Amino acid sequence: MACKFCGPKLSLCGLVLSVWGIIQLTLMGVFYQIGAVALLEDLPLEAEGGHHSIDSFVATVEAGYRQNAINCWIAALLYVITLVVSGHQFWMNNRSSVSM
Amino acid sequence: MGSMFRSEEMVLCQLFVQPEAAYVSMYELGEAGIAQFRDLNPHVNDFQRRYVSEVRRCSEMERKLRWVAGELPEPPPPPKPAKCSLSPREINILEERIDYIESEIQEITRNARNLKSDYLSLLELKTLIEKTQTFFQDHSAQRKISASVQIYNNDAVLGHLGFIAGVVATARVPSFEKMLWRISHGNIFFKQAQIEEPLKDPVTGHDLLKTVFVVFFHGEQIKLRVKKVCNGFKATLYPCPATYKDQQDMLAGVESRIKDLEMVLEQTEQHRRLVLANIARDISTWMVAVRKEKAIYHTLNMFSMDIVKKCLIAECWVPRKDLHVVQKALDDGVKASGSPIPSILHNVPTNETPPTFNRTNKFTRGFQNLIDSYGIASYREVNPALYTIITFPFLFAVMFGDVGHGILMTIFAAILVIFEKKFSQTKTDNEIWNIFFGGRYIILLMGIFSMYTGLIYNDMFSKSLNIFGSSWQNVYSDNMLPNHTMLELDPKTAYSQIPYPFGMDPVWQFASNNIIFLNSFKMKLSIIFGVIHMAFGVTMSVVNFNFFRKPELILLQYVPQILFLLLLFWYLCILMFMKWTMYSAIATDPALGTSCAPSVLIIFINMMLLKKSEDKPPCRAFMYDGQDELQKTFLAIAFLCIPVMLFGKPVYKIMVTRKRKQQQYQESVEDGGTPENGDHGDAMGEMIITQAIHTIEYVLGAVSHTASYLRLWALSLAHAQLSAVLWQRVLRMGMGEPGVNSVKLYVIFGVWAFFTLAILVLMEGLSAFLHTLRLHWVEFMSKFYEGQGYAFAPFCFSDILENDDEPKAVETNGSPPE
Repeated sequence: MACKFCGPKLSLCGLVLSVWGIIQLTLMGVFYQIGAVALLEDLPLEAEGGHHSIDSFVATVEAGYRQNAINCWIAALLYVITLVVSGHQFWMNNRSSVSM
Repeated sequence: MGSMFRSEEMVLCQLFVQPEAAYVSMYELGEAGIAQFRDLNPHVNDFQRRYVSEVRRCSEMERKLRWVAGELPEPPPPPKPAKCSLSPREINILEERIDYIESEIQEITRNARNLKSDYLSLLELKTLIEKTQTFFQDHSAQRKISASVQIYNNDAVLGHLGFIAGVVATARVPSFEKMLWRISHGNIFFKQAQIEEPLKDPVTGHDLLKTVFVVFFHGEQIKLRVKKVCNGFKATLYPCPATYKDQQDMLAGVESRIKDLEMVLEQTEQHRRLVLANIARDISTWMVAVRKEKAIYHTLNMFSMDIVKKCLIAECWVPRKDLHVVQKALDDGVKASGSPIPSILHNVPTNETPPTFNRTNKFTRGFQNLIDSYGIASYREVNPALYTIITFPFLFAVMFGDVGHGILMTIFAAILVIFEKKFSQTKTDNEIWNIFFGGRYIILLMGIFSMYTGLIYNDMFSKSLNIFGSSWQNVYSDNMLPNHTMLELDPKTAYSQIPYPFGMDPVWQFASNNIIFLNSFKMKLSIIFGVIHMAFGVTMSVVNFNFFRKPELILLQYVPQILFLLLLFWYLCILMFMKWTMYSAIATDPALGTSCAPSVLIIFINMMLLKKSEDKPPCRAFMYDGQDELQKTFLAIAFLCIPVMLFGKPVYKIMVTRKRKQQQYQESVEDGGTPENGDHGDAMGEMIITQAIHTIEYVLGAVSHTASYLRLWALSLAHAQLSAVLWQRVLRMGMGEPGVNSVKLYVIFGVWAFFTLAILVLMEGLSAFLHTLRLHWVEFMSKFYEGQGYAFAPFCFSDILENDDEPKAVETNGSPPE
């Protein structure tokens, strides 16, 4: 059993942040995957006038959407790891305060 | 039902109780918490009251219990709920027990302290012997000194020298040595060695650094002087044997004594811990019982003693609905004491203003507190807290509208509400937590309403949700699109004429005139809500006039006020509604097209200033036929309302007094006495001035308060922009190719979440809360609220036990404040 390196407050913060991060990043990834127009401005597009045809623009946009979706899901995965670590720390903190 | 509509009816009661029955009755009344007692002995000193010895006894018990609780190693468990009150015999037993416990613990502590000081001296002696062994074996020094002295036959002589051994505090050693040197003119030999580990002082528990020393001298007089110096420096002297064998014997003896003492000390400590553990279970219950008893005797001191009838008389304010509880408490007291004389409850009709009491539950208490912070309602005046339950979260949500932030608030408040039993048991001094926990229902409602307005504004963390499909479509061909950065969508062609079913169309988030469009909408919305809220406030005064039997004021005050407000400002709102419905992009009449839509504000200003407007073809000057005449009529009526507001009430009062004087004159002529001649001049002048102030306040307030409601627009604009900036500047930094960007997004999301919580939810939430509170207190309540009452402070155990740490004046004088 690893030692605890977070106090009760930090582990609670980590727990809340990870839960929020997982939910929001997963949903954002889903919205990027289905191509939600609201998130269009977040895509890394080239400067104006850099596109010569509608098709190249559409291709860039779709590639951007896919990239961002994967980005969000990987970040969500990192938050799953954070959730496990924070949850473990929180549980250890609770246990030690109860047993004493 | 309807208990929050206005405060409860209160009656002034007189209680006649026998002294024996008084205690049990007061206990029940304290548990119920429904009676506010008045001090019938206000001029009596605290020490001359009837039950002063009982109060003193309770204070003593409380002090002893507090001391014992301080000796406990950890906080005691919470008290068990008491089933019934303690009879005086039980209280005596409890007092004796507490006495006994206190003396027992004090004795244990004293013994432990004595044992510890013995232990300390034994330790010092042991160290002394060990260290001095080296001194006595230092033959070279001995030879040097013995060369110049004669032999003496005293005790503690080593060869030619006498010596004194002892222990002194390390800090004093240099001055000690210097003093010895001076006193003996250098004829002593001083050896010292510091004890490495510090010893524990038995009384204070601090660490003491001590030094072992041996002073070798020669001669009786020097010995006396050295002893005096040692006394002066508070050095403890020990008899140290000279020879090695004696030293070993003594060492063995000391060590065995030390071992015995350690064992005794440990047993003492264990015994003490056992005694304290036994007490720890019950001490909270005893403390609660003692405090309740003290509160009861404090209140009994407020009663007055009737010598003739030999009973106690009490006066208290009781809500009319709770009179039966008081009667039952009195009957129980009589039954418990077995006295044949019953206690009497007697209603006293009075002209004094009773306290204001609003019965609340855990949900309504927060909202009632918001209103009470501004001022306690006058007795039986209409209670604005009832409507605040809905208007407060609604106005907050208009300023806060964001689905995402609303969800965060709702989840936080829901956790507080679902686990409220657990949270309410943990008592904490953290003020901020207590404030949030006390307002959990307010926050819950604010969060739910914010989600609703967030859906209306279609704003979720600054992004719009496209649930139903936009009603706008692209009308440009494919070869137009790559060559233009901005294109205009004309509602005539690009809009499908079927509005988005709920809220803002999501297309607006990409429009560069998004803010301009929303500004117009939100400003109009704010004014409409404001006028409705204020009209509601003015109408509340009718309820008050009706209840307090002043129907003439409805005609003289309410009607002119509401006409002024509605004819001017509700007409403004009607103009807004007309502008929204009459003018459109697809209108066939060009005068009703979008370019001809007039500015409602300019129309209103022209109306007030009686300016003429011109036709500018194809646009018309007015929105409908007869607008000019209608507006002038409204303006005239509104201005006529002002003198009615100004002079209506004073003129009515003059007429009433004149009629009454005529009647009195007639009656007195019949009786033959002189007519009364009160001076109404001063009162009339004061009333006219007061009425003038109220009128000016109302008229100017109508304009300024209406404009004040524009803060609903301002704060929602600020919130939306802050949210957008946070997303665009922070979260967008995490977008890009997967890989390193994912870890960047992981970190950036944490930063974005922190700022969302800190700035948008907490700071903006607090700001919107304050502005909503101001709108309620100033714009809404100034139209009808008097707020001159005083709060009902009943004799209640739970209140007393909660506020026990602060010096709460239990004997509050129950009369209204002067």
